[in-house]
Amino acid sequence: MCLGVPMKIIQKKDNETAVVDMGKSKLEICTALTPEAKEGDYVIVHAGFSISILSEKEAEFLLESIRREVQINE
Amino acid sequence: MSNLSYIKNLTKLGPEEIQVIVQKIHDLAKDGEYVIMEFCGTHTREISRYGIRSILPKNLELKSGPGCPVCVTADEDIDYLIGIAEKYDLGVITFGDLVNVPGSNGSLNHLRAKGKEVKVVYSPLESIRIALQNPQKNYVMVGIGFETTVPSLAYTIKKIVELGVENLFYLSLHKLTPPAMKALLDAGEIKLDGIIGPGHVSTIVGIKRWQEYLKNYKIPFVIMGFEPEDVLYGIYFLMKKIKNGEYGVFSTYTRSVSSEGNVFAQNLVDEVFDVSDSVWRGLGVIPKSGLELKPKYSHLDARKKFALDEPVKVRKTACRCGEVLRGVLKPYECPLFAKVCTPTNPKGPCMVSSEGTCAAYYLYENS
Ligand code: SF4
Repeated sequence: MCLGVPMKIIQKKDNETAVVDMGKSKLEICTALTPEAKEGDYVIVHAGFSISILSEKEAEFLLESIRREVQINE
Repeated sequence: MSNLSYIKNLTKLGPEEIQVIVQKIHDLAKDGEYVIMEFCGTHTREISRYGIRSILPKNLELKSGPGCPVCVTADEDIDYLIGIAEKYDLGVITFGDLVNVPGSNGSLNHLRAKGKEVKVVYSPLESIRIALQNPQKNYVMVGIGFETTVPSLAYTIKKIVELGVENLFYLSLHKLTPPAMKALLDAGEIKLDGIIGPGHVSTIVGIKRWQEYLKNYKIPFVIMGFEPEDVLYGIYFLMKKIKNGEYGVFSTYTRSVSSEGNVFAQNLVDEVFDVSDSVWRGLGVIPKSGLELKPKYSHLDARKKFALDEPVKVRKTACRCGEVLRGVLKPYECPLFAKVCTPTNPKGPCMVSSEGTCAAYYLYENS
């Protein structure tokens, strides 16, 4: 039930409503819990609400960290 | 989506890279026996779904914890809900997972079969629409879920008041996860070397909340995301902490989890709810591990509005979900597992939701 799915905001309808891209379909969500979310942001959607805005920088940093670890021979 | 690449230009890890990570976990674990627990039901499901257990070393055991909100809901709460729905002819509005959870006298699904209205919603805001469309009927919205879900319900409750909806009541079955984690560690029933921290609960509560709760425990706690790469790298990261004797709260899910968490959501929850004691299946009453509506919202509180003639009497069953939730019993060690208890005919809540440990084992690891 704590399932959260990353989705991209493709349209802000008003202060608290946005449309996200689900691949084949679109979904209207409530963005009241992430007031600063804007079009183009990736958000975690849970129970019809965005609960966080994903940081692109941190996602890249994690992948880089994993790749660095992979290259180290212990 | 089996990679981190939902953000464009990031490529997914290749199979060779995954293999190296898995080998590194094997190397780290080779000289001992290790037990780690994933607290969150979504991790349980993803670990089973991606077959992660099967590629880990045999001497590294992954145990599942009490992180499925439906599973930890106590029988008496289900019985009370069904009891008031019948007595007061209430329409029940809930998230899907709860519908099949058996109480002492059947599930919400059975209630529906008796002709009562049971509505499943994806967003709690739908409850308002349902209530407004049927003004002659009283409804109860079942507030179930951990910290991840509570803010959306707090928002819904404020909307109910704002819009003056008079036929929609609220039953809070919410549970808070850090007190449960602490209770599990204090019980000392199982020896744990490390913990996989929940990603979305932590998105809301932040790293700091866990640090406060776990400051006196010498155990590494690593918050992880849910992609297979997240979990494998997270387990490697956790194993390194275990081997180095490092403890504390760490996060590899930094793209969603911050130190403070979602403060806006936390404030909304504080506006609507007070912390209360709560009964957990398998763990009993855990102090300050639940939420009740603040006095300001008590006119919406189903527990205050709808009383049963007699207190519910819970019927004991052979289901051993309580032990499964504490990590002391594996699903297949329950005599009912896969024989009489299956996802289509669940005998206990752990077999209902795909995040329930018994269901995850049945669906993905039942070989
Ligand atoms: S297999 Fe079924 S009966 Fe046994 S513990 Fe799990 S949910 Fe309960």
